[in-house]
Amino acid sequence: MIALQNINKIFRVAKRQAGFGRAVKALFSREYEFVHALNDISFTIANGEMVGYIGPNGAGKSTTIKIMCGILTPDSGVCDINGRTPWRDRVAHVREIGVVFGQRSQLWWDVPVIDSFELIRDIYKVEDRLYKTNLDELTALLGIFEILKTPARSLSLGQRMRCEIAASLLHSPQILFLDEPMIGLDAVSKIAVRQFIKKLNRERGTTVILTTHDMQDIEALTERILLIGKGQILLDGGLDELKRHAGQRRTLIIEYNGDAPEIREGMSVNEAKEGRLVITLDPAIMAVSDAIAHIAANTELNDVSVSGASVEEMVAALYREYRI
Amino acid sequence: MKEYRALFRIKFIGGLQYRAAALAGLTTQFAWGFMEILAFVAFYRANPAAFPMEFSQTVSYIWIQQAFLALFATWGVGGDAVESIINGNIAYDLARPMNLYDRWFCEAAATRVARATLRCFPVLILAFVLPEPFRMSLPASAAQFGMFIVSAVLGFLVVCAYCMLDYMSSFYTMTRINLVFAMIGDFMSGQIIPLPFFPRPFQAIAEWLPFASMQNAPLRIYSGNIAGMDAVGCIALQFFWLAILLVLGKALMRRSLRRVVTQGG
Repeated sequence: MIALQNINKIFRVAKRQAGFGRAVKALFSREYEFVHALNDISFTIANGEMVGYIGPNGAGKSTTIKIMCGILTPDSGVCDINGRTPWRDRVAHVREIGVVFGQRSQLWWDVPVIDSFELIRDIYKVEDRLYKTNLDELTALLGIFEILKTPARSLSLGQRMRCEIAASLLHSPQILFLDEPMIGLDAVSKIAVRQFIKKLNRERGTTVILTTHDMQDIEALTERILLIGKGQILLDGGLDELKRHAGQRRTLIIEYNGDAPEIREGMSVNEAKEGRLVITLDPAIMAVSDAIAHIAANTELNDVSVSGASVEEMVAALYREYRI
Repeated sequence: MKEYRALFRIKFIGGLQYRAAALAGLTTQFAWGFMEILAFVAFYRANPAAFPMEFSQTVSYIWIQQAFLALFATWGVGGDAVESIINGNIAYDLARPMNLYDRWFCEAAATRVARATLRCFPVLILAFVLPEPFRMSLPASAAQFGMFIVSAVLGFLVVCAYCMLDYMSSFYTMTRINLVFAMIGDFMSGQIIPLPFFPRPFQAIAEWLPFASMQNAPLRIYSGNIAGMDAVGCIALQFFWLAILLVLGKALMRRSLRRVVTQGG
């Protein structure tokens, strides 16, 4: 059980304008800007939940993750994870969690991956039998058996990331924090990792908190979404809720011969090529059937397809709605 | 303890693979040792009466210093600590169920031991077969040698504890190299010239500072410049400074971690 209550964090950032003169001036008097990275963040996550934590760059995602990992101390607020306050009880707390920071590496640079794994085993004091089971399962599921003996520095980004994920799970943590774990993964690896995370959540009941910019991850993985922007939680709910917020806009893709159809109120052109149009339609102004009828009446149609807004578009719309 | 043993092992093995660096280091240390001895020879010939150590003691001092440079130098081992603070990997370090001070101390110590292991033997072997006046002599007695070992271990730990303060200063300066710590340590510990060569009043003060508990103590005990009860007192002072530096370092770590900010990402 994870419970955050009114968490605040303010960073002080030294600021100066570009240029030599300003740099000299900054030697004597420095201007600071206070960035309210987290503003009264509250939420609870039950055991075994899988939550997508999304928001634009600089919204406060990583700051929240770091607070939940005990790495960062907030200025005020309460955070209780399985009965502990992470930053006060750091050592006991981190024993039960796994973390992947997509932008950093936890593998020892100049030794084979397997040596890093064994060191992690010793750090977490994982029993040999459990270690062996976990290692076998993780190497099979993540497809990293062939690269275990390779030094981390010679791995490709995608290979390394799969090893990073395995490394965070060797001690069977109850909670797994994934801070942008899909960086650098190719399509095949992404699907493999997604399936793996799902399986982990389903079979071991591991609580998973995932930050990502890839909406397909969100769609494939999480039932619950936390949307954060400018340090505030803007939306806490399922994908459906997100869809409801983002309205019912439809995308029409039309292929035609001859002249382009006339655009009317309620339609806006996203993409126009010779013989192909992508139109966003607001059904509140013009019904889908009317739009198709209107286009078909004026144009020689080859193909029409209608689809709902993608999650990406929904999130972009939400960002606009909240002006973040 | 198991985790610290494992960490020491991986850093030690990692440190052993840099053979080219070790070879380059060895060359430097030989050259440096010779030059230093040559300078002291000139000094000794000019006025043997004004020479504060016996000449053979000075030679042993210099060769052990060069052989174990990696153990006692206050510079050169930046440690994973500094890298971790600067590049933000401290986030992962903090996500481990380990005391961060102990961990960084262990990593730095392992790096130093690995480097010293690669470099000490060629220097020692050569120093024992060189012609006079360059030849290094054996310690006066087994007891003296025993005290040297104890003092050397303590001196090494004092250096590590002192360098931890240096590493942690990166929390505040955000730079990789903080020369103040290294240079004060270098001069005051007898790395450049042994403490007996300092002017009298200055030496009297320097002997009591933590820097004298680094290489000064074991090197002078080995050569017999400090012997008997003086050596015991010297070792007691090393214990004292080690305790102070450890307490200070752990307090500074707690203070720093409260205000640590991992930027970006």
